[in-house]
Amino acid sequence: MNTPLRRVSLFVMLLVVALMANLTYIQVIKADEYRTDPRNSVRKSLEEYSRKRGDILAGDQVIASAVETGGRLRFQRTYSAGPVYAPITGFFSDRYGSRGIEAVENDVLNGSDDRLFVRRLSDLITGRDPEGGKIRLTVDPHVQQVAYDQLADRGFTGSIVALDPKTGAILAMANTPSYDPSPLADHDNNVQAEAWAEYTEREDGPMRNRAIQEIQPPGSTFKLITAAAALENGWRSDTGVSPDPVVTLPNTSTDLPNFNRNPCGDGQSATLKDAVAESCNVPFAEISGELGADTMRETARSFGFDEEIFIPIRVAASGMGELGDVAQLYQAGIGQRDVRVTPMQNAMMAATIANGGTRMSPYLVDSILGPDLSTLDSTSPDELNQAISPETAATLTDMMIASEEYTGGGGDVLPNVTVASKTGTAQWGTDPGANPPHAWYVAFAPAEDPQVAVAVLVESGGDRSLGATGGKVAAPLGREVMRAALGGG
Amino acid sequence: MSQPMNQPSPPGDESPTVATAPAGPPPPPTRRTTELWLLAFSAALLSIANILVDANQEAALTSQILYNGAAFLALFAAAHFAVRKWAPYADPLILPFAALLNGLGLVMIHRIDLAMASRLEINPEDAQAAFYGGPLVGRQIMWMVIGVAFFILTLWRIKDHRPLAKYGYTCGLVGLVALALPGIIPFSSIAPTVNGAKIWLRFPGGFSIQPGEFAKILLMIFFASFLVSKRELFTAAGRTFLRMNWPRARDMAPLFVAWGASVGVLVFERDLGTSLLFFGMVLVMLYIATERAAWVVLGLTLFVGGCLVAYQLFGHVRQRIANWMDPFATYDEAGGGYQIVQSLFSLGSGGIFGSGLGSGRPDIVPEPHTDFITVGMGEEMGFVGLSAVLILYLLLVMRGLRSALAVRDSFGKLLAGGLAFTLGLQVFIVVGGVTKLIPSTGITAPFLSYGGSSLLANYILIALLLRISDAARRPAAPPKPKPKQAPIAEAHTEMVARPT
Repeated sequence: MNTPLRRVSLFVMLLVVALMANLTYIQVIKADEYRTDPRNSVRKSLEEYSRKRGDILAGDQVIASAVETGGRLRFQRTYSAGPVYAPITGFFSDRYGSRGIEAVENDVLNGSDDRLFVRRLSDLITGRDPEGGKIRLTVDPHVQQVAYDQLADRGFTGSIVALDPKTGAILAMANTPSYDPSPLADHDNNVQAEAWAEYTEREDGPMRNRAIQEIQPPGSTFKLITAAAALENGWRSDTGVSPDPVVTLPNTSTDLPNFNRNPCGDGQSATLKDAVAESCNVPFAEISGELGADTMRETARSFGFDEEIFIPIRVAASGMGELGDVAQLYQAGIGQRDVRVTPMQNAMMAATIANGGTRMSPYLVDSILGPDLSTLDSTSPDELNQAISPETAATLTDMMIASEEYTGGGGDVLPNVTVASKTGTAQWGTDPGANPPHAWYVAFAPAEDPQVAVAVLVESGGDRSLGATGGKVAAPLGREVMRAALGGG
Repeated sequence: MSQPMNQPSPPGDESPTVATAPAGPPPPPTRRTTELWLLAFSAALLSIANILVDANQEAALTSQILYNGAAFLALFAAAHFAVRKWAPYADPLILPFAALLNGLGLVMIHRIDLAMASRLEINPEDAQAAFYGGPLVGRQIMWMVIGVAFFILTLWRIKDHRPLAKYGYTCGLVGLVALALPGIIPFSSIAPTVNGAKIWLRFPGGFSIQPGEFAKILLMIFFASFLVSKRELFTAAGRTFLRMNWPRARDMAPLFVAWGASVGVLVFERDLGTSLLFFGMVLVMLYIATERAAWVVLGLTLFVGGCLVAYQLFGHVRQRIANWMDPFATYDEAGGGYQIVQSLFSLGSGGIFGSGLGSGRPDIVPEPHTDFITVGMGEEMGFVGLSAVLILYLLLVMRGLRSALAVRDSFGKLLAGGLAFTLGLQVFIVVGGVTKLIPSTGITAPFLSYGGSSLLANYILIALLLRISDAARRPAAPPKPKPKQAPIAEAHTEMVARPT
């Protein structure tokens, strides 16, 4: 009986080998898939709360950090200036998931990113408590604070984005109303639930990321794109345009007037530059109609329309909508009808003109740091495309300087700085006469060597209701932000 | 770890042969001291595990842990001295391995107790934690003590395994009845259906047993004795077909009986695990007894046939197979893949090195203290830790099979082979089931899982293995001087009984 006994021994060994091979498959090969399965969230939150999640920094200021609690869930995520940075940091909740940088850079922050591999290995060997990596943002804390305060202090609903036009680095990205992410990361589930209910049920939508995830009609700020299309297609700064105060949309009886039915230029003749400076509607409607849908759309696309970008948070695509007939094309040419943009898109447009027509990819993450603040990786500026020629960009800049002057300028806020800007007053909804318009301001400064480009959106007229214009409501905010970025108080 | 040859034997080691055979070779070392050291080592290991669990679960670290370790050591020292006294030549590894596994099980049950208690503290309506009914570790310790008592009792009452063969048919009958009882009894107050299986007998006073666990051992004794007495029949008669020597149809009867019993268990008690275990046990014992592969082929054919029929007939079998094929697809169904998916999440989250004892969430998996206890170990001790546990089991089985190889009598060989193999097969069925290698069946992990019947039966099982291994290594009594025999030519013709 010894031979079969030996074979049985071998068989039992094979059974155990089969078990261990299967365990290898589950615990080594498929482990990550099982670990990160959304249905395995309870375990995930325990794991993530028990490891020190990395900080998020704006400059040298820590804006999100893990604070030791001494409890079973060892670390509590806290946000030092919650509402100011909420559109950027997002939140980190075991119940409601995560958003913003907390979501897209989760691997770095929780330490599982490959770039932290060596660090993890040494943690394992030295027995040091594992820690996540840190994220240093491109955001300038001063500019960000000013941007948020400008909106919040006036009680506006809106958004401000500021970029470094030369690199695409995002200097500020603020929304109002905003929310504090700290309660969403609280270890007490009831605190989380209350905060979540408040933020999601509030009429004014504090968690809506207006800067990058909501699209709004751009109004006259879109005329920069129409003007760019014209300049790229034979128009010049001094090319004559219609001075008429009103035009009838082709094949309809609908009138499209200038603002306040003002004539353009001196009323007898006007140039393209006058049209930009005075923001005349009639010339741009006609230019758009003349250039045609394809050219208009192509120019808009070269500025980033119809394109989702990741900063690394996803930015909603801006678009022109349907351009079926010439009437639609007329309205689209002045940024009405179905044209919709994010504040980020408008800031990128201003930055592109400021940067000689070269469009840079906007980005939020300056560098990835180890727990000891050593730099593991840093973002290098990425050129997306040459949207327009440098000559066109220079001409547009010239026109925008004229526009800033026409608006009254901000000499008191920005003395000795030449600002190039364009305002927009966008009608929206089915009855534009009853809805206070959205006020826009896009600008960059100094015009001769741009350091900062901004886009300001104040929704629904801000404090001026139906009488709001981009120049009156949005422009002062943009100028304050640029002053902060240029080193002023 | 082996004890040097020249080390003086501890008291109590003197074998009776020493005094009477001064000229013979020295007796083999008993290696009992090795056993004691290994038990002490297990106690130390378990105390560390206990500290880790309590530290990570933030229970107060008290001197209780030291008492736990000391009590564990004292209990197994008692078992050790019983072995020293009644089976001095027994294998020195079997008892420490069983003790270590049992201790690890206790640590895990204690750990689940803490998790369930804190869950109830947070949410008193937590259904799983409320249903758990912990803390269970106290009751498991009680069962461990009773188990060790039965272990000692078995060694004391059964001084030689060979006479057991005489009770073969009695054991077989009792075993069969014990196995069938829960399935036959229609009253759910006595034979309840728990988790779909009808394998329990409930006695007044809230005390229940799984008779199948004991039937396992009784039936093995029966099969060993039956096969040894009929062995000639199985090996001699038959004809060759497909290059294999097939037994005669009527000699296959026991196999068919075993097959029938397994299918019966499957149908009436809905216990796939026990069914599979019994059938595998019978098949392997037949194979060891007859040395014929034909039995295995025949048996597997019957098994596959039985499975196909069961698949066609029973919804619960189909459900298990569906959950096995793709548990994620049936995740949300009642009785679907939720359990097995949770098991995979638990194992996957543990990864290679595990979360550390007390730092994971094994309590999320259903039945974390019984069938799925190995999953909790996989989560908290990782692939490395669970593999170590599997290897511990493998070594235990290998020591048993080694004893089977070494013992001289056929009955002992067959019984030890059966006992050891069954232990290994049970581990494969339960661990394979919870890790999706085979369909999940619902069976306990020997020595680890919470449950008195299983623990008691397994302590009796290893006592029998130790008894047989003692017989294997015990030096043979010195040959008696041969009586002077007359040369064969001068011998008278003797009448002998005709073999039947």
